[in-house]
Amino acid sequence: MSTSVSSISNPKLSLNILTEGDIRQIHSATLEVIESVGVKFPSPKALDILKAHGAKVDHETMVARISGDVIETCLAKAPPIFTLAAIDPDLDLPLDGNHSYLGTDGCGVEIIDAFSGECRRSNKQDVYDVARVADDLDAIAFHWVPISAQDCPPESRGLHELEAIWTVSKKHAQTETILDERQMRAAIEMAALLAGGKGELRKRPLLSIMQCTISPLAHDTGSLEAGLIAAEAGLPVGFMTMASCASTGPTTLAGNLVVGNAEVISALALMQMAYPGCPVYYAAAQTAMDLRTGAYTGGGPEDFLFGAATNLLADFYNVPLSMGAFATGAKEPNWQAAVDNSFSSFMAVSTLSDMLLGAGLLHGSRIFSYEMLLMDAEIWSILHAMFKGIDVNEETLALDAIREVGPGGTFLTHSHTVEHLGQLWLPTLMDRRTYSAWQVKRDGAREWALSRARQILSQEPLESLDPALKIEFEKIIETVEQG
Amino acid sequence: MSEDLLAEITESVIGGEPETVIALTRQALEMGLEPMEIINQGLVPGMDIAGEKFSRGEFFLPHLLIAAKGMQNAMELLEPELVARKQTFKSVGTVVIGTVQGDIHEIGKSLVGTMLSANGFKVHDLGVDVRIENFVSKIEETRADIVGLSALLTTTMIGQREVIEALVEAGLRDRVKVLVGGAPVSQSWAEEIGADGYAEDATGAIQVAQKLMGAKS
Repeated sequence: MSTSVSSISNPKLSLNILTEGDIRQIHSATLEVIESVGVKFPSPKALDILKAHGAKVDHETMVARISGDVIETCLAKAPPIFTLAAIDPDLDLPLDGNHSYLGTDGCGVEIIDAFSGECRRSNKQDVYDVARVADDLDAIAFHWVPISAQDCPPESRGLHELEAIWTVSKKHAQTETILDERQMRAAIEMAALLAGGKGELRKRPLLSIMQCTISPLAHDTGSLEAGLIAAEAGLPVGFMTMASCASTGPTTLAGNLVVGNAEVISALALMQMAYPGCPVYYAAAQTAMDLRTGAYTGGGPEDFLFGAATNLLADFYNVPLSMGAFATGAKEPNWQAAVDNSFSSFMAVSTLSDMLLGAGLLHGSRIFSYEMLLMDAEIWSILHAMFKGIDVNEETLALDAIREVGPGGTFLTHSHTVEHLGQLWLPTLMDRRTYSAWQVKRDGAREWALSRARQILSQEPLESLDPALKIEFEKIIETVEQG
Repeated sequence: MSEDLLAEITESVIGGEPETVIALTRQALEMGLEPMEIINQGLVPGMDIAGEKFSRGEFFLPHLLIAAKGMQNAMELLEPELVARKQTFKSVGTVVIGTVQGDIHEIGKSLVGTMLSANGFKVHDLGVDVRIENFVSKIEETRADIVGLSALLTTTMIGQREVIEALVEAGLRDRVKVLVGGAPVSQSWAEEIGADGYAEDATGAIQVAQKLMGAKS
């Protein structure tokens, strides 16, 4: 069980991807779209709230046109800083604009079994097992529901998934699989039990909620209504656009940002209309359609650019961002996966995106791989080292040591060397052995990652959840299942 | 010159000008060309060439879809003319398609629908959030050969199974092939629920649908 999380803060590296003028243009275009084209809110409840705040609502098409002023006023009510609380307070995640955290990806439907190697449909036991491995990794700061508990009934599946995660981990959970009011109420009840009451939960949200938009320019009924229930309870709520260039968004990247932005900020504004001051966050995982198949690609230069650009928009609105990074389109943990996940995470961290999603999935967030999860954690550790940058001061310039070693000497045995060794990065999966050492088994990252995962999975599970609470959780879930 | 006009129709299908396809088709009818001639010598060759270009990597999915859209628009104009002449453009098969109940994802389903009709299928698109009984009654009404079920959420995938169960109950299961798709859907899910076909993308769906028709005849 991790006792700390590895976040990236005070980065020394930064990236100029959009100017202030660019962002203002994207913002103005977005407001124009929301005001003149409108966004579809297929929920009478949401439409009533929007109408009460001056939106022009067409009940037939369920499209709301909201004025730019209203959007801006609402967004200004969102708290710029809040904390994603963990069951263990040492694992709390302050979203203060100076941290990037990595979470698992979601929500996949298949898993490459750690022992048989078979790719099969995922179940609740898998959610439990992945949470155990993710919990063990310092790189993973919070859980998403990584794969679907498909052996559980759809009407309670999201609750089973949360129960599985909370049974074995004290880290923050952000769920993206609760898409209706009933399950959301039950999830809040479960989280409140864990937090010690609804008031405590509001102060320390152990659970945050992620809902997807439906690009272009629409929302989903269940997601909106579940989001409103969560916002009422004070749980941080985010809306994620996955607008895809050339199909669900314009081909041009700026246009795609406008469409996605309109979806996200219109939903965040709705939350603020209903519950002013409630914690909300921006979420995005835009991509470009594959030109030949029409598929959502997961990876590629457009994704990487979106990864860096989106945090500037979230910063402009002064809300945290949950950004789709990693999540390669590769079918196995291979060259493509490494390229995708390194670039995408680097770009998202370069603008200090608050939360990164996510580690461990292949084939555009469909297939979970333990190997990939461990490899993604290693990529995170490289980023962690890189974003520290280069410190330049008297100590790091090492003039005394250079003087003492002199021409032709060695730094190997100098005290300055040993004192600063901890600053150098140490791999766990990168192969730096000699060629002959490699020749013995011809193994490498994949084998080592898998063996590490197997090792964690073979240990006796450490269930941190109070058995009495587990019984309560089961009762709540049963009530939902009985309708 | 009717040959020139037919060639122009072909070109406009390939060139991605749905409005022009419509205008030229109308012009051809006014000139007295037979609807069947317009279809077989104007529209179909255009679609074939667009398909070839796509296979060669010269065309991308949007090109192909715009060509299909042009063809579809022209067919809507020609259908009544065919009916008036008691003729029918023989379709490859009849497909009922829709996104299952509780799911309002449209684009992937419509993409498959358009591509199927461009490939000679008669397509009845029921839209999104389609109730189980609507699938069943439409299949019965149209005597569909294939039903295409789309689901984009892990929570709505179950709807695909429910439609299959309803088809069994209605005694229609033996008459209609079931094709499933959507981001969370996989081959193993398709097998588990007893679907006849699964495809990961639109071109794959066409191939599977054609194969299913072959299996039926």
